Amino acid sequence: MSLFDLRLTDLHNKLAHRELSVTDLVEHSLKRIQATDGQIGAFLTLDEEGAREEAAKLDRQLASGGERGLLFGLPSGLKDNMVTKGLRTTCGSKFLENYVPVHDATVVNKLRSAQSVTMGKLNMDEFAMGGSNENSAYHPVRNPWDPTRVPGGSSGGSAAAVAAGQLYFALGSDTGGSIRQPAAYCGVVGLKPTYGLVSRFGLVAFASSLDQIGPITKNVEDAAYVLQAIAGHDELDSTSANVEIPDYTAALTGNVRGLRIGVPKEYLGQGVDPQVKERVLESLRVFESLGAVWEEVSLPHTEYAVSAYYLLASSEASSNLARFDGVRYGVRAEDPANLMDLYRRSRSEGFGPEVKRRIMLGTYSLSSGYYDAYYKKAQQVRTLIKRDFDQVLEKYDLIIGPTAPTPAFQLGEQVDDPLTMYLNDILTIPVSLAGVPAVSIPCGFADGLPVGLQIIGKPFDETTVLRAAHAFESNTDHHTRRPALS
Amino acid sequence: MSITVKDVEHVAALARLDLSEQEKEAFTGQLNAILGYADKLNELDTSGIEPTSHVLPLFNVMREDEVRPSLPIEEVLANAPEEEDGQFKVPAVLD
Repeated sequence: MSLFDLRLTDLHNKLAHRELSVTDLVEHSLKRIQATDGQIGAFLTLDEEGAREEAAKLDRQLASGGERGLLFGLPSGLKDNMVTKGLRTTCGSKFLENYVPVHDATVVNKLRSAQSVTMGKLNMDEFAMGGSNENSAYHPVRNPWDPTRVPGGSSGGSAAAVAAGQLYFALGSDTGGSIRQPAAYCGVVGLKPTYGLVSRFGLVAFASSLDQIGPITKNVEDAAYVLQAIAGHDELDSTSANVEIPDYTAALTGNVRGLRIGVPKEYLGQGVDPQVKERVLESLRVFESLGAVWEEVSLPHTEYAVSAYYLLASSEASSNLARFDGVRYGVRAEDPANLMDLYRRSRSEGFGPEVKRRIMLGTYSLSSGYYDAYYKKAQQVRTLIKRDFDQVLEKYDLIIGPTAPTPAFQLGEQVDDPLTMYLNDILTIPVSLAGVPAVSIPCGFADGLPVGLQIIGKPFDETTVLRAAHAFESNTDHHTRRPALS
Repeated sequence: MSITVKDVEHVAALARLDLSEQEKEAFTGQLNAILGYADKLNELDTSGIEPTSHVLPLFNVMREDEVRPSLPIEEVLANAPEEEDGQFKVPAVLD
């Protein structure tokens, strides 16, 4: 058994009993990154020196005794849209190729307090816009299960790094499925918490009413540990929720007897791969055998979610990305004729095609004469979608379905067809619009590719989501399978 | 309603983007496809439905207006493409 197959608590114990040093763990990770990342491409910036220094410091602390943080000594990675003081943060964009932040995101501070070792910054679709990681301005990420396929996106680097055994956990961000979909494609666990549970301070904004940071891990228990370390109110984020943070790992009792599960008929309908559907039905039988009950339900506005989402998220993005003007940071066009020329050329040279497309779509939706027809209409439809969830979650504890309609697709397959690409998110987007928590966990394979099961809960009820996910995982072995990477 | 190259040029100007002829062509087609799909929303009667801008019942967050530490000027300017005398430098705005 490799170190990488151990749970975070096992590693924690080994460190405590000095069977292992933090340096051992960090070197093990570095070795794995060197061996596999040429093939996978998960990293944009590897902080080898910083990681080694931090490991040595933690080992000295270990020798002198004293309190250890919740994630003591565990090597982790950050999606490259979370700012790190002194460490380049690109957002997967050429615009920020040389941007070195002067402050840390709140989640970065929290991981530091928990004493995790940050190994570096992970690849992503530019400004988190995409579902395949092919929109990275640097290089694509490849799926560890099949390097001819995409890892999903936009947190593709985070999911692939964990699946490839490079890191013990990673943080991703999810706007319309960007944690859950890559977790599903890469066969790992990805949790999108309730909107507002984790601070967005220092997360480069894409769509502010939807963005949420969450953990990507190998198993559900690890996800609960990482969530424990990063959740909580932050006065630096005015949309951060002021709620009490429960003990997430204590909730993993294994008991799901009597739990009521709603299975939306829209999530197993047209467009869902038959093998994906079969894996989900098998998973429901596991829940049944554990004493949970499930019934078919309806989320009738599901088919409108993708349209509403692309209008809303692009509108928010067009406003958020106005800050990239070539004045305070990022690229600046050479020899601008005047200020307007500086703005226009800096932005045109710095942004890639998908980012420009979404800025165009958002600007159009917000422009005079179209606001009511597109932006406001989409906000009203968002209300209807949220009501669908409210109504089902009044009667049921959880909603379960697939995370994505198909397993990972081939690189290049959809890159020229934005609309088809957007439809990969059809089962994750409604959840984002409703703001409720959801986790994707491995539930089997389709032709050798991982399939993700999506477990959706009530607002701020991550404990029930995690409890059910953990109970499922404890009775199956899908999460223990590893890709056959050389 | 379909979008023309002229519309694309207008929106690009609003968004402070310079598009090549090729980009204008591509975006015209793609925006028509995406907005055509988005017209699906018109199947729904939303009269009287409150728009949702945010899922949390959030209100303005207020605090006392007191002086707090902020970043030193050198750090604020650390990533500036061009700066002078502790300020961001841009081309002349007025002739």
